[in-house]
Amino acid sequence: MSALDRKLGRDLWRLKGQVATIALVLACGMMALIMLRSTWQSLLAARDAYYTSYRFADVFARLERAPDRVAARLEAIPGVARVYPRVVEDIMVPLEDEPDPVTGRIITIPDDGVPPLNGLYLRAGRLPEPGAADEVVVLEQFATAHHLLPGAKLPAVVDGRLHRMTIVGIALSPEYVLAISGGAAVADNRMFVVLWMLRSTIAPAYRMVGAFDDVAIALEPGASMPAVLEAVDRELARYGGHHAVARERQVSNFALTMELSILENLAVVIPAIFLAVAAFLVNVVLSRLVFLERTQIAVLKAVGFSNRRVARHYLVLVALVVVIAAVLGVALGVLSGRWMTNLYSDFYRFPTRVFQVAPQVVALALGIGLVSATVGALGAVFRVARMPPAQAMRPPAPLDYRRTLVERLGLGRVIGPSGMMIVRELQRRPVRTAMSTLGIAMGVGIFIMGRFSYDSFDHLFDEQFTREHEEDMTVTLSRSHDGRSLGELAHIPGVSLAEPMRIVPVRFHGGARWRDGVVFGLPDHSALRHLFDHETVPIVLPERGLVMTDKLAAVLGLGIGDPVEVEVLEGDWSTRTLSIAALIHEPFGMQAYARTDWLSAALGEEPRVSSVLLRIDRDRLPGVRARLKNLPAVIGVSSTQSIIDRYRAQTGEAMLVITLILTFSAAAIATGVVYNNARISLSMRSRDLASLRVLGFTRREISTVLLGELGVHVTVGIPLGLVLGTWWARMFAMDTEAIRFPLHISMHTYAVAAAIALASGVASALLVRRRLDHLDLVEVLKSSE
Amino acid sequence: MPETVLVGRGLTKRYRMGEVDVQALRGVDIELFDGELMVLLGVSGSGKSTLLNILGGLDTCTSGSFGYRGIDLSGADEDELTTYRRHHVGFVFQFYNLIPSLTARENVALVTEISDDPMDPAEALALVGLEERLDHFPAQLSGGEQQRVAVARAVAKRPDVLLCDEPTGALDFTTGVRVLSVLERVNRELGTTTAIITHNAPIAAMAHRVITLGDGKITSVDAHPHRTPVEELRW
Repeated sequence: MSALDRKLGRDLWRLKGQVATIALVLACGMMALIMLRSTWQSLLAARDAYYTSYRFADVFARLERAPDRVAARLEAIPGVARVYPRVVEDIMVPLEDEPDPVTGRIITIPDDGVPPLNGLYLRAGRLPEPGAADEVVVLEQFATAHHLLPGAKLPAVVDGRLHRMTIVGIALSPEYVLAISGGAAVADNRMFVVLWMLRSTIAPAYRMVGAFDDVAIALEPGASMPAVLEAVDRELARYGGHHAVARERQVSNFALTMELSILENLAVVIPAIFLAVAAFLVNVVLSRLVFLERTQIAVLKAVGFSNRRVARHYLVLVALVVVIAAVLGVALGVLSGRWMTNLYSDFYRFPTRVFQVAPQVVALALGIGLVSATVGALGAVFRVARMPPAQAMRPPAPLDYRRTLVERLGLGRVIGPSGMMIVRELQRRPVRTAMSTLGIAMGVGIFIMGRFSYDSFDHLFDEQFTREHEEDMTVTLSRSHDGRSLGELAHIPGVSLAEPMRIVPVRFHGGARWRDGVVFGLPDHSALRHLFDHETVPIVLPERGLVMTDKLAAVLGLGIGDPVEVEVLEGDWSTRTLSIAALIHEPFGMQAYARTDWLSAALGEEPRVSSVLLRIDRDRLPGVRARLKNLPAVIGVSSTQSIIDRYRAQTGEAMLVITLILTFSAAAIATGVVYNNARISLSMRSRDLASLRVLGFTRREISTVLLGELGVHVTVGIPLGLVLGTWWARMFAMDTEAIRFPLHISMHTYAVAAAIALASGVASALLVRRRLDHLDLVEVLKSSE
Repeated sequence: MPETVLVGRGLTKRYRMGEVDVQALRGVDIELFDGELMVLLGVSGSGKSTLLNILGGLDTCTSGSFGYRGIDLSGADEDELTTYRRHHVGFVFQFYNLIPSLTARENVALVTEISDDPMDPAEALALVGLEERLDHFPAQLSGGEQQRVAVARAVAKRPDVLLCDEPTGALDFTTGVRVLSVLERVNRELGTTTAIITHNAPIAAMAHRVITLGDGKITSVDAHPHRTPVEELRW
């Protein structure tokens, strides 16, 4: 080992505090990159492999009832490779351990047990046997949530009659990677179950022998999707066919794809911000560090080392910092990536363990880390290497301090000589002041960026959502219920108010643009459902016309007073031209509202009730729930609170992981900046400070001179960081068709962000203060620098 | 007549120090002869360090030329100057400039590892009387010991020229004498051409030749046919 290598090792040890803080920041960037990118890639790869191996269909269509021979006609459509006709029926599952009825969906499989499309991955048990009535295979998510194993019984109301199904198998399906029914906004492992049954055993109950009401279709490679969709719609029109949808619009896949695209964005933006901050910090710190080494560099050059050799020496030092960071960053990245993927796997189910780290991702993280650190140090190394050694060995020329603005304003006497030293130092080194301040601001900003989604969710649910939804429960009625259901519900003891709601599935057309959504019909002056515009001003439903969410109107390119074509996706499938009376702002979905009486008249139908909103006396809730489970017309019950809880469960944990990581990183960055600045200032100014001590200044006074400067950096950096964080958060404020994520940052978050920076500042200052207290006056003054 | 090792002609140097324009050298002609021990005398600010730095390839001159054994180095680029320093020049500085993270032996080894025909670091340290302190770090050595390590580091590569900038400037009298006698011994035993900068006039008595510098110019050149032994120097 050469002497220079030994110097390297010992330098690394001497600078351990600084090396550790820089490496930590760099590691945070690498961790974020590896975690997010690997999670995204793993889920993407798992999805693609799953869809291919289990023959996930390309086209899905619902219809009323068609004889089996129609399937053959569908198969004859050019581009269609395979057709899987089936019976799909929504049922109610009155599970004993669940206060509310669970929404169930029966899907038939052929009697040989092997669906030609949307294959089942049997996790446990077996497929139903032909001839054995009431044998079912259930979706794994539900089975896990309720600890159900093969052999367990499951009550189900099939066509108005209670059956006790026997669970024989537990399975996964590419169609239900996410356990979500068409009607719900969010997945629910507890409250939604898919039951696969042999077609021969269940078709008679629905009068579907030799017929089907749902079809999945696989296309040949290169087939034209629009052409097939059109042909399928044409074929199924006379059988009550709804619009066929492509795989992209299939509910589970749509949600999964959206989650993946959010994750992909995060995987780009967060590491980019992180690594930029890390590169910036490494640059600031390493360039000063190298500059402090100028005398040693001069000696190395004086004894005959070339510029290249000297540069290499310091670059190896940087590389070692990167290696330390990489070990930490890769380890943390893999761990947190696995953790995050596991969280996702609770909701997004794949047959195999999905987490994998691609070597390219690790290489990318290493490469970016290395480049950012090297670029940081390179400038400083070359600046010093270029200096003639004689000049480098001389102490730097005294800086030309000037009278500052503070003095010219006559404040000099107020702040005293120590204050003046601080002010002049800040003014003399504007770039350093700006860089340090910006560094601290970035730490603060990253924290806010991490916390904001939390705040926004709280705001969304605690204020916005609860302001709009005053009902305690929404009861969904089956399609075939009779008009007495509303009365029955209203008379359940404990129900203080029952409001009928009509939900019409429609396709909105605005010129060439269209979107599928629903129109909610509400009673005049609904007491339970409230509408607000984007400034939270309440909107009263007008006598005529639709009240549309602003997002839907924007997507369709429509405004107040414009006509909108509304194609009803049920019943007579008619198309009406309605007008937009007002716009509202809602966080979820693509929908419009209207008064039920006007809506029925406009659509030319008898008034009907699809759902009922209930206000319930809180202490009589269990009784109401028990009654609801016994009403055959009820197919689902949801409460505002349960929607909030489910959404929190689905996204909350992943968000918690990200928040924790960002918090940790914010603290690392703030400490990295403040501590390194303090240490470097101490090295650069120890001679001045020792001179002051010799002149009779107390420790406290010289601390003020050194730490006062850092105090100013922190004090300016914090408000700047609050602004920066708000600006970054704005980039993440989601405005998608499914969800409008508001930008909301609580005072608490701002306060904690500021406190982290302040605490990091104080902790760093204390560490440096300890060194300052042990400043060896004679030694410092004796040495040449 | 001994061979000329180093020669400078019409050397000038101007640089800025903060806001001040410094004219450090104003046309200096100088030679350094093979095997001689030369003392460059002058008050502080007279330009002697600047001159030594230029002759040692640590700094460049504003105008004029200098050469080493007939090779003109005034237009040399960074790489050529590095090679020149690496193979031919040894430096001793007022503040030792040791690498604090390396032991005495390692500080010397730093140079011997990149030299063609170096001494063993231990041998070089023995030459300066530090055979007992090989594995001490600079912080564990006294100022005089540190300076002797610096001398060992400078001579270990067997340089043609040893350039010493105020080698006793930071040392007390006794320690200073010790360092000077090491330099004298190196000059005598190894025949290394040596230039010592000092503002301390009595030290000049140990030299073969004394060049006095004032305000950036040479004011006198004196040969000493009878040198004073180092032990007899007093200041």
